[in-house]
Amino acid sequence: MSTIKKLTTPLTDEQVKDLKAGDQVSISGVIYTARDAAHKLLTESIKKGEELPVDFKNQIIYYAGPTPAKPGKVIGSCGPTTSGRMDAYSPTMLEQGLKGMIGKGPRSKEVVESMIANNVVYFAAIGGAAALIADSVKEAEVVAFDELGPEAIRRLVVEDYPCIVAIDSEGNNLYELGVQQYKVVD
Amino acid sequence: MREISVEQITQAVKGLSIEAACDLPQDVEKLIRQAVDKEESQFGRYSLEKIVKNVELARAEHAPMCQDTGIVIVFAEVGQDVHIVGGNLNDAINEGIRQGYQEGYLRKSVVEDPVLNRKNTGDNTPAVIYTELVPGDQIKIQVLPKGAGSENMGALKMLKPAEGLEGVKDFIIQAVTQAGGNPCPPVIVGVGIGGTMDKSTLLAKKALAREAGSPHPNPAYQALEEELLVEINKLGIGPQGFGGKVTALAVHIETYPTHIATMPVAVCLNCHAARHKEAVL
Repeated sequence: MSTIKKLTTPLTDEQVKDLKAGDQVSISGVIYTARDAAHKLLTESIKKGEELPVDFKNQIIYYAGPTPAKPGKVIGSCGPTTSGRMDAYSPTMLEQGLKGMIGKGPRSKEVVESMIANNVVYFAAIGGAAALIADSVKEAEVVAFDELGPEAIRRLVVEDYPCIVAIDSEGNNLYELGVQQYKVVD
Repeated sequence: MREISVEQITQAVKGLSIEAACDLPQDVEKLIRQAVDKEESQFGRYSLEKIVKNVELARAEHAPMCQDTGIVIVFAEVGQDVHIVGGNLNDAINEGIRQGYQEGYLRKSVVEDPVLNRKNTGDNTPAVIYTELVPGDQIKIQVLPKGAGSENMGALKMLKPAEGLEGVKDFIIQAVTQAGGNPCPPVIVGVGIGGTMDKSTLLAKKALAREAGSPHPNPAYQALEEELLVEINKLGIGPQGFGGKVTALAVHIETYPTHIATMPVAVCLNCHAARHKEAVL
């Protein structure tokens, strides 16, 4: 595996271009959680021309809905959810200047095309490793849609959050490359 | 007639809910640890090593392994010589989930209406409860919190009998292929064959409640489980879909007699955090 590339948010276009599918990265800085319900509300606001509760320019969205924090903890378990459910909303979000997405699982052709057009990178975190991932989260605060409970938008400050570049800004796709490599044809 | 109070049921379900979320059963953990040794892909091994570390950490800190602590499926086998006192079974189960998800700091992931009003119920109820009346004077409760990432990858096909064993195999392989990296592989593949449309899906779910890796009692189906596991692991999907040798940890098949004109096959996938806990009252 490659050496770990350290990234600090917000991301620049140069940083995004430098990331290649299969790179191991470690992310520090602010990232925003948003999943199904928040994406629905955000994209509805965009269509109506309303101002968004968060400026996503150059930011990273993390598809996650954590468990409640135990007393004395910053956050509960906080792993990635399946990104494919956000595919319908992602091109609209990427046009807002978003530079990165963190989730798990493959993306649609439309999302990959939008990633190439908008110079965006898609990171995969390890699905189901949520207790471990919580250790990377140093601060957490709900910044929008509190009424959505676990689906609210949270501003997280993370330190050395380990991810893998699953799809880079040129559309190179670890999900396709990896499977091709290990598929056994009798 | 043996009396069991609703309070006993509630306490049992509460405990099982929390335990299931934080403590991966030994049978599943054993298969994941074996997978680390089998996996050749660097990203696959990386994922599996993180998963093992996460299992250990969750157990030590009594924290949920996965943030998706699921919608809870409950299989309740109620002895016909049991008298439930102080209320009714469904309310007692749901109260246990309510308390467990609150006190265990588990995520509440249930919305009150599937389409028109997707408002969170706030306490992770109701559970999906299957009750079976059985001989005896005990109640066996199995709790399976099911995450949606893997649940969304389930599939059903009403095959024609003429499609035969090959048709069954093709459909199962196709379901796992289409799921790809979405259900958090390595998965456990639950398969229900026979009965009716509804029965096959229930069997596929029940197959996930079996001890992970335990074989079907019928040697022919056991051989089919083994064959399918080999074929699925040739797909190359690998841990997390990054490519690799271990896409599935086990294949569990359950069957039921069926109508002369049909052959339903259902596939229900479980992520590597294959949570299942049970208690007997």
